[in-house]
Amino acid sequence: MNFFSEARSLLKVNIRDYGMYIALFVIMLTFSILTDGLFMSSRNISNLLDATGYIAVLAVGMTLVIVIRHIDLSVGFAAGFMGAIAAIMLSQLGMPVYLTIPIILVLGIVIGMFNGVLVASVGIPSFVSSLAAMLIFRGALLQVTENTGTIIIKDKTFNAIGNDYLPALATVGGLNLLSLIIGAFVILFFIYSEFSKRHQKLKYKFEVVSMPIFVVKLVFVSAIIAYVTWILAGYNGFSWTVVITLIVVVIYHFLTTRTVLGRHIYAVGSNPEAAHLSGINVKKITYIVFGSMGMLSALSGIMYTARLQSATTTAGTLFELDAIAAAYVGGVSAAGGVGKITGSIIGAVVMASLSSGMNLLGVGISYQYMIRGAVLALAVIFDVMTRKKRG
Amino acid sequence: MEGNILEMRGISKSFTGVKALSDVNFKVAQGEIHCLIGENGAGKSTLMKVLSGVYPYGTYEGDIIFEGNVQNFNKISDSVKTGIAIIYQELALFPDLSVYENIFAGNEVKKGGIIDWNETIIEARKMLQKVKLNVNPETLIRDLGVGKQQLVEIAKALSKNVKLLILDEPTAALNENDSENLLELLRDLKGQGITSIMISHKLKEVISIADKATVLRDGKTICTLDASKGELSEATIIKNMVGRDIEDIYPKRPDKKIGAPILEVKNWSAYDPQLGRHVAKNIDLQVKKGEIVGIAGLMGSGRTELALSIFGNPKNYKLEGELLVDGKPKTFRHTSDAIRSGIAYVTEDRKGDGLFLIQDIKNNVTAANLKGISSGGLINENEEVQVATGYKSSMYIKASSIEQTVGNLSGGNQQKVSLGKWLFVGPKLLILDEPTRGIDVGAKFEIYTIMNKLISEGMSIIMISSELGEVLGMSDRIYVMAEGKIKGELPIEEADQEKIMKFATQ
Repeated sequence: MNFFSEARSLLKVNIRDYGMYIALFVIMLTFSILTDGLFMSSRNISNLLDATGYIAVLAVGMTLVIVIRHIDLSVGFAAGFMGAIAAIMLSQLGMPVYLTIPIILVLGIVIGMFNGVLVASVGIPSFVSSLAAMLIFRGALLQVTENTGTIIIKDKTFNAIGNDYLPALATVGGLNLLSLIIGAFVILFFIYSEFSKRHQKLKYKFEVVSMPIFVVKLVFVSAIIAYVTWILAGYNGFSWTVVITLIVVVIYHFLTTRTVLGRHIYAVGSNPEAAHLSGINVKKITYIVFGSMGMLSALSGIMYTARLQSATTTAGTLFELDAIAAAYVGGVSAAGGVGKITGSIIGAVVMASLSSGMNLLGVGISYQYMIRGAVLALAVIFDVMTRKKRG
Repeated sequence: MEGNILEMRGISKSFTGVKALSDVNFKVAQGEIHCLIGENGAGKSTLMKVLSGVYPYGTYEGDIIFEGNVQNFNKISDSVKTGIAIIYQELALFPDLSVYENIFAGNEVKKGGIIDWNETIIEARKMLQKVKLNVNPETLIRDLGVGKQQLVEIAKALSKNVKLLILDEPTAALNENDSENLLELLRDLKGQGITSIMISHKLKEVISIADKATVLRDGKTICTLDASKGELSEATIIKNMVGRDIEDIYPKRPDKKIGAPILEVKNWSAYDPQLGRHVAKNIDLQVKKGEIVGIAGLMGSGRTELALSIFGNPKNYKLEGELLVDGKPKTFRHTSDAIRSGIAYVTEDRKGDGLFLIQDIKNNVTAANLKGISSGGLINENEEVQVATGYKSSMYIKASSIEQTVGNLSGGNQQKVSLGKWLFVGPKLLILDEPTRGIDVGAKFEIYTIMNKLISEGMSIIMISSELGEVLGMSDRIYVMAEGKIKGELPIEEADQEKIMKFATQ
């Protein structure tokens, strides 16, 4: 009985976070039933995650931008433009891939910082400045691809980012061995870090959740990791796209939850005046957040270009809106100061699952847009309601 | 004068356990100018909010009788319909709309649902004539001075057939000329049969204009003074405004050890480019180690602006003069520079720019000094919990846990979180701006106790306060500010309420 009441109170406090996981679970279950399990097949999940990568990294950056009460509409075409520059460097200038990628990422940071300066120092509303930047990048993308049209990339290493998988080493019963090892390693690391966190808390004599709940949580999360690993291992294992996305998520999650910089970002978002009076340099934080957004746009452009193995004239169209939708579905608040990286990633997966599931069911594209729109609205309504109740 | 236009009987009003008004009786006769006086927090504004329906019927006790009938106002528009108009200190005009649009905002001149702009302008002209404001009705509010804006507000009230006009510190932001005009207009309106209630801190004004004056103190009616009986003098008013034993409210300080100067500013001026005037001018001020320096003055006298100009200048004033910390000249480019030099500033508006309301106590306490709980940019969350728990108990913060959202705490507890946040910075000099505004007596006492403890540990405090009792009860030395200047400096032994009021209302 005690166990259930504790579980219930935990659920009540964290309803917004858990709600999203539950929603994702319901969506996946529904599609699995409707498609006779085809939705949860190794091949489909693997494709789904690979197709989400370049939006997911944008959603990570966008989360921070929205947390500090701004928006960046330019990220889609910025990604498209920087992807095209990468293609030009590789195919027309013959530069090596190991030089191209860092240069593009640095270019992204510079572009993002420029946006940040316009917003924080000149004082232009970010909606307007990024709208202008969006038009400029769209034009720039057309300009650089004007003479050649689509630029084909032949560099195998570069294309691997969007298409290849980690080497299997060996297969065990038709499963990708390296992926299994990685999955097992992640589970062990998760269990170890949870135990050490609990141990630390106990050492400081702080409250912790009861042992049964703790064990249930460990088993539950481990089971999910194991299941995802098993599914992916059944196809080609972890793709480079998934690995890159995970690395970005882990770094940003750590940054936002454990560092002074992260704390400052959320402080600026929840009350900029108070942040300034607390000695936080609001302008500097704005530069950093926009700079990171620019870098992730560049990364997104690289991932997308590599996936297509070419730079096209329309690359990046509507990426920004997908990223913004993912962030809002993931629980970011437009009022600022609220929003988690993990939430936005789940948001991106939810949106991608909807597309993928509806494609499998043969739902027309017109209905797909409407349903995704409705889900976005519902997620935000749920968000507003739960927040009101607590306030 | 024939009878009372307004009578408020036995009005009581509480805010979450704090009694703001208790059994207040207030009578206003038809056609008079009645002033309402009292210290900040005495309950004047609350009383007027009850009258105008901001606090709806049922949220207070007692009766409002207007023109002989008991009134139950549920919202502001109810009181407006009855003929009561209130003009707040912060004007409620739309700066980017024209004068005539503002006069009839919410009360548009319509024909069949469509606004008749020509008729509106003609009507607006009439109203402007009544308030003797000679401007083109098509002028934007933004282009008018504060004095003229105030007249537009009054014209707006007149357009609604007002019978009782309430003005909340109408002259606080006006210069002498504009103030004189406004008072003249009130006398004029009185001639037209309009009754006025004026809240004011400027006693000279009160004496020159009031037929009667009611004094409130601590949410109670103290007395009503009648000018025709010669009861209205500066001395009587101040005596009635004050009159309480300070000893019971302010804890005793055991020992005084006052050392060398910590902070000095010399010939310090701050010019606000947005307002286009100096918010502080030629200030000379000194704070010594172990000393509480009170800065008294009325709202809008430049106290907060002075504090901000010292604390890293977040409002980007143009500064002149010298600033010395521990005898060394300093220039602060950012609030973080000031913090590094050991200065902390606890803001007067804790909800607006003090706290992160959507975050928990723990995050708020450490927000200004994350260095203290981190190494190499990494936060040690367990350390943080320990720090926050420590301040929760040493500041007597009443909350279920340090993970409670600050927005849900009471005013007093929010103030203690704010204080805790700045103490964790480990300052040498703590600037407290209205440290006890809007909090109950018990929490006040706790904050005073904390202040005394800090002083005995060698900290210095600048306390900006509008409550004279607090200034006198806690300070070692008092500066009085008015109009951005220091009008007087008083050692505590020589200070009393009358002297401070005299400087502040100069």
